Amino acid sequence: MALVLNDEQTMLRDNARGFLGKNAPIAHLRALRDKRDADGFSRALWKDFVEMGWAGILVPQDYGGLGLGHVEAGVVMEELGRTLTPSPFLSTAVLAATAIARAGTEQQKKNYLSRIVAGDLIATLAVDETAKHHPERTAMTAARAGSSFKLNGAKTFVIDGHVANLLIVIARSAAKPGDTGGLTLFLVDASARGIRAERTPTVDTHNAARLTFEDVNVSVDNVLGKIDAGWDVLEGVLNVGRAAVAAEMVGAGEEAFGRTIAYLRERKQFGRLIGEFQALQHRAAHLYCELEVTRSAVLKALQTLDDSFDRAGAIVSVAKARAGLSATLAVQEAIQMHGGIGMTDEFDIGLFMKRVRVGQELFGDANFHADRLARLNRY
Amino acid sequence: MDNLETFQKETRAWLEANCPPEMRRPMQSEEDTCSGGRHWVFQSDAQRLWLERMVAKGWTVPEWPREYGGGGLTRDEAKILRQEMRALGCRSPLNSFGISMLGPALLKYGSEEQKREHLPKIVRGEIRWCQGYSEPGSGSDLASLQTRAEDKGDHFLVNGSKIWTTAANKSDCIFCLVRTDPNAPKHEGISFLLFDMESPGVSTKPITLISGASPFCQTFFDDVLVPKANLVGKLNKGWDVAKYLLTHERDMIGGMGSTSENRSLGQIAGETVGTDNGMLADTVLRGQIAAYEIDALAFRVTMERVGDMAKVGQAHPAVSSLLKYYGTELNKRRMELVMSAGGLDALEWEGERSREGRTARAWLRSKGNSIEGGTSEIQLNIIAKRILGLPGA
Repeated sequence: MALVLNDEQTMLRDNARGFLGKNAPIAHLRALRDKRDADGFSRALWKDFVEMGWAGILVPQDYGGLGLGHVEAGVVMEELGRTLTPSPFLSTAVLAATAIARAGTEQQKKNYLSRIVAGDLIATLAVDETAKHHPERTAMTAARAGSSFKLNGAKTFVIDGHVANLLIVIARSAAKPGDTGGLTLFLVDASARGIRAERTPTVDTHNAARLTFEDVNVSVDNVLGKIDAGWDVLEGVLNVGRAAVAAEMVGAGEEAFGRTIAYLRERKQFGRLIGEFQALQHRAAHLYCELEVTRSAVLKALQTLDDSFDRAGAIVSVAKARAGLSATLAVQEAIQMHGGIGMTDEFDIGLFMKRVRVGQELFGDANFHADRLARLNRY
Repeated sequence: MDNLETFQKETRAWLEANCPPEMRRPMQSEEDTCSGGRHWVFQSDAQRLWLERMVAKGWTVPEWPREYGGGGLTRDEAKILRQEMRALGCRSPLNSFGISMLGPALLKYGSEEQKREHLPKIVRGEIRWCQGYSEPGSGSDLASLQTRAEDKGDHFLVNGSKIWTTAANKSDCIFCLVRTDPNAPKHEGISFLLFDMESPGVSTKPITLISGASPFCQTFFDDVLVPKANLVGKLNKGWDVAKYLLTHERDMIGGMGSTSENRSLGQIAGETVGTDNGMLADTVLRGQIAAYEIDALAFRVTMERVGDMAKVGQAHPAVSSLLKYYGTELNKRRMELVMSAGGLDALEWEGERSREGRTARAWLRSKGNSIEGGTSEIQLNIIAKRILGLPGA
């Protein structure tokens, strides 16, 4: 497959860019922040996403979705990155839809996917338990009791965890933290008894929650995939999430970069445009190269997920690591080159830095993925 | 797609039948690939046979038109040929400046006569070309070059000196930038000339590099007579040809950062620093190697993407500066890691154990990558100006 967007993908990008630029620019995020919105996102905007089919972008057509690929989901994520738009797209349309579509029974798919497509269900993945991403260290327990499991433990930074109706929870049904075996995925109703959700106000004004589970009963019918053997499904879902966040970071990084270049062309000091100074030109040119090289890796990762899903691990790690690092460089250079005004809350650049820090951390930072690549390559 | 699949199967079968086993082993030195020319001495019968067979197919230059001896392959077919050669470990049958540099320039700017005269000899490896660009006083500021060619009616009289002329002492001919109008602005008085290195008045002096090798020469021209017919393109328009060629050179040098290595850095380091539970015992070095591999893989994918973008007309004309800058800096970083992984063993300079100091010499040679063909700083200037549209200079 050629490493360029095809005509349909280009059209999707242009439509998404046009729509978000008009309906969810950065002012949209500011408004949600400044009024301390209880949901942290706009349900009206999410309804528009649903109407455009985005909630079901990865859902097979048999279940009412658009049945598109990861490249297309990445195209939308990139545009959401440009406008820093908070929405349940990542949690519901990317993570949850992937998990259910890939591991669900026919009954589970019929039940949940159609509701995701219709916009009736906000769903999310509850995986992390500690400050750093280490899914194999999952300690939350799932104890078998007859035809159900009892979940006990806590999850942190669950994306949209304060508004989700459905939680896909990773818990340990066997073996010890550190083992990739013994993990099971559960479909859990967020209103079930014993679950407590505490919203986490985050640096980027996007949405996450801390969830605690105390003797939460889950029927064996709500196991997603195989008992004790959830690792491969989880890795697949996380790979999709990683590539999607990488695409979002491409959008955020390039938008910050574009705004910086525009500033270099208009800001004058010492009687000259600051873009004339070679000290800044070379840094800008270097950053451009980093962003372009990252864009290649992210597109390749998304295409690989579409072509050969089970062999995408290495390139996904390359994409996620690079996206985190080059977007970080982009926002750092953006603030430095903007100077004092870049430090003000009134100016948008700082909002990019905040979101990029979250993106860097989600589903493994650059160090996590460097380690993962080294393991995959056996050194 | 069916045609390409057939081509792929046939190509593999042909390569398996025709590429001698010796030509599928990893290369040990630069001489393992034929450079061609009047003075080339084949290292083995296999090397000669491999060249002859590939020449017969036109596959020393698969994408050139058949009428000039090339393979006439489409871009997609040529890509398949490269993939199949890589898969079987086939060495390139012929590497030359004629193929990578002069040929593309002649195809674009040469007269029909010049194409018919020179291209088939390049395809067959009969003539080895060198490049006369840089001068002692004109490095990054190439357009300030002073070597002059005076119009003497039926010929040019060339006087001056070139430097960093790759393999000038082993080459048959030179393509050369000369000043034909000393009074014009510097970019507008330059022409592109071809001439024989055996012409009276041409002499060369090899330059020993920090690696101990002498791949480059200083080349002197003292009243060299060059026929007027050897002018490529229009008089005083040589800078256009030069710029076009530089993009080819940049692609070539940038591509070196992604050459397939026989052993991964992780393997090399494993032998010196040891492993612990299957992981390199030096965890800091392990992290540096992994960070490098992330960038190297992303760069390889970028070269693929730039190729695909070029096919659909989306590639920026100055993108070769990105590839040149990024690829060479990456290669330097790789060589630093090779040295770090090799430790004391990598410091040996002579003797069989170190294969005559191969690692240390390759490390030192890599430092030139970000200088030759336009320095990293020149590439960043080009990107800033032509791609980002930043003001000034």
